[in-house]
Amino acid sequence: MDINAYIESGILELYVAGQLSEKENQEVYELLQQYPELLQEVLEIEAAVVKLTAAVSPHSINFESFRGKLKDTDNKVVDMRPKKPNWISYTGWAASILLAGGLLWTLNNKTKLEEQLQTADIENQYLETQIEDARNNLAHTKDLLDAIRDKDILAVPLGGQGDFANSYAKVYWNKADNTIYLDAEGLPNAPEGKVWQVWSLTLNPLTPTSLGTIEDFNTDENKIFTITNANQSQAFGITLEPAGGSESPTMEQLYTLGVVPVAP
Amino acid sequence: MADLDTLVSQFQNKNEVAFQKLYGMYSDSIHGVVYNIVKDTAIADELMQDVFIKAWHNAHTYSSQKGRFFTWILNIAQNAAIDKTRSKAFKQKKQNLNSDFFVDIITSNDNLDNSTDAIGIKKFVKNLGKKCKEVIELLYFKGFTQKETSEELDMPIGTVKTRNRNCIKELRDMVL
Repeated sequence: MDINAYIESGILELYVAGQLSEKENQEVYELLQQYPELLQEVLEIEAAVVKLTAAVSPHSINFESFRGKLKDTDNKVVDMRPKKPNWISYTGWAASILLAGGLLWTLNNKTKLEEQLQTADIENQYLETQIEDARNNLAHTKDLLDAIRDKDILAVPLGGQGDFANSYAKVYWNKADNTIYLDAEGLPNAPEGKVWQVWSLTLNPLTPTSLGTIEDFNTDENKIFTITNANQSQAFGITLEPAGGSESPTMEQLYTLGVVPVAP
Repeated sequence: MADLDTLVSQFQNKNEVAFQKLYGMYSDSIHGVVYNIVKDTAIADELMQDVFIKAWHNAHTYSSQKGRFFTWILNIAQNAAIDKTRSKAFKQKKQNLNSDFFVDIITSNDNLDNSTDAIGIKKFVKNLGKKCKEVIELLYFKGFTQKETSEELDMPIGTVKTRNRNCIKELRDMVL
């Protein structure tokens, strides 16, 4: 390689000016490593350009006064980057998450309250029904009480018979309106397939007349049954009969019997 | 050369002493280059320091295989100064930028009086031919490429290269 021709081409001056391509820069760099005279040439070109450009400087600024500015930017670089964008965006995100959470919480609360309100409404209705029922019960009970306290009423106790000595019942007979009120509290529930049947009896001769069966005995709460009776009854009896009732009483199943007291 | 390489690699490792030495070697040159472009002392003061701050923070991007350290920082300075002249604020402030070349600045530069190179430089620029002034102005101060320079001065690319070679040779004879 002709070193002198290379130098005289002017490529090294352009190298110092920074006007070569990246590839050319790389080539020059490698040649500089090999040829000390090329390197020397570059150093002199650079030195001359440094002096020439420095001559244009209006004044020098010493490093000490420059250092202050460098430190400022160092601090700025360190301080500004993580802090400023982060706080603002973090705060923003935190606020929106809180807001969203708050909204969800409120919504959830509202739904819960609505559900509770509905439940309360239903409970209210239920209680109202119960109160209504209780009132009805009370009215019914008062009616019964009034009925059996009536001065025209005739009370007929029915005593337990034979094997069923523990059984008892009472008949309150209002002759004026042909009604008996049977208080059958002292009778057990009718077993499956059986039914209580009430009889009106005349004694001489002994003639039973059915007053009907008590179909709802087991489910009735106060065990007081209102039965129509237009007979001139002298006694009342209650037997346990097969479902549907019988034509005549089954005497083995006569639980209670009571004679109507003769009016003085 | 070895010393400079050491300085530059220490500088790249954030050694402030090395940075101070490099600053001492080149800050006036960078100052001159940016001043020649912006033609305003205060702006040039700030630009020059910005260039060194930028170099400090981007030290890791320099590689000696891509060129001289001086060339690297010179190119940063040229780009920064030209960016500045393109900014809106600068354009409003500097409606009629005077068209002095580096030559005019040097010959009227009082700052040079204390420098040992002052006499040589002043003598050099006075005797410098017009073509040399133009080529050096564009290539070293304005950062024009060889092609741009050839178009600007209306001369073949090869001529730019050899003329520049001769002009720098004259400068070296004068100042070194």
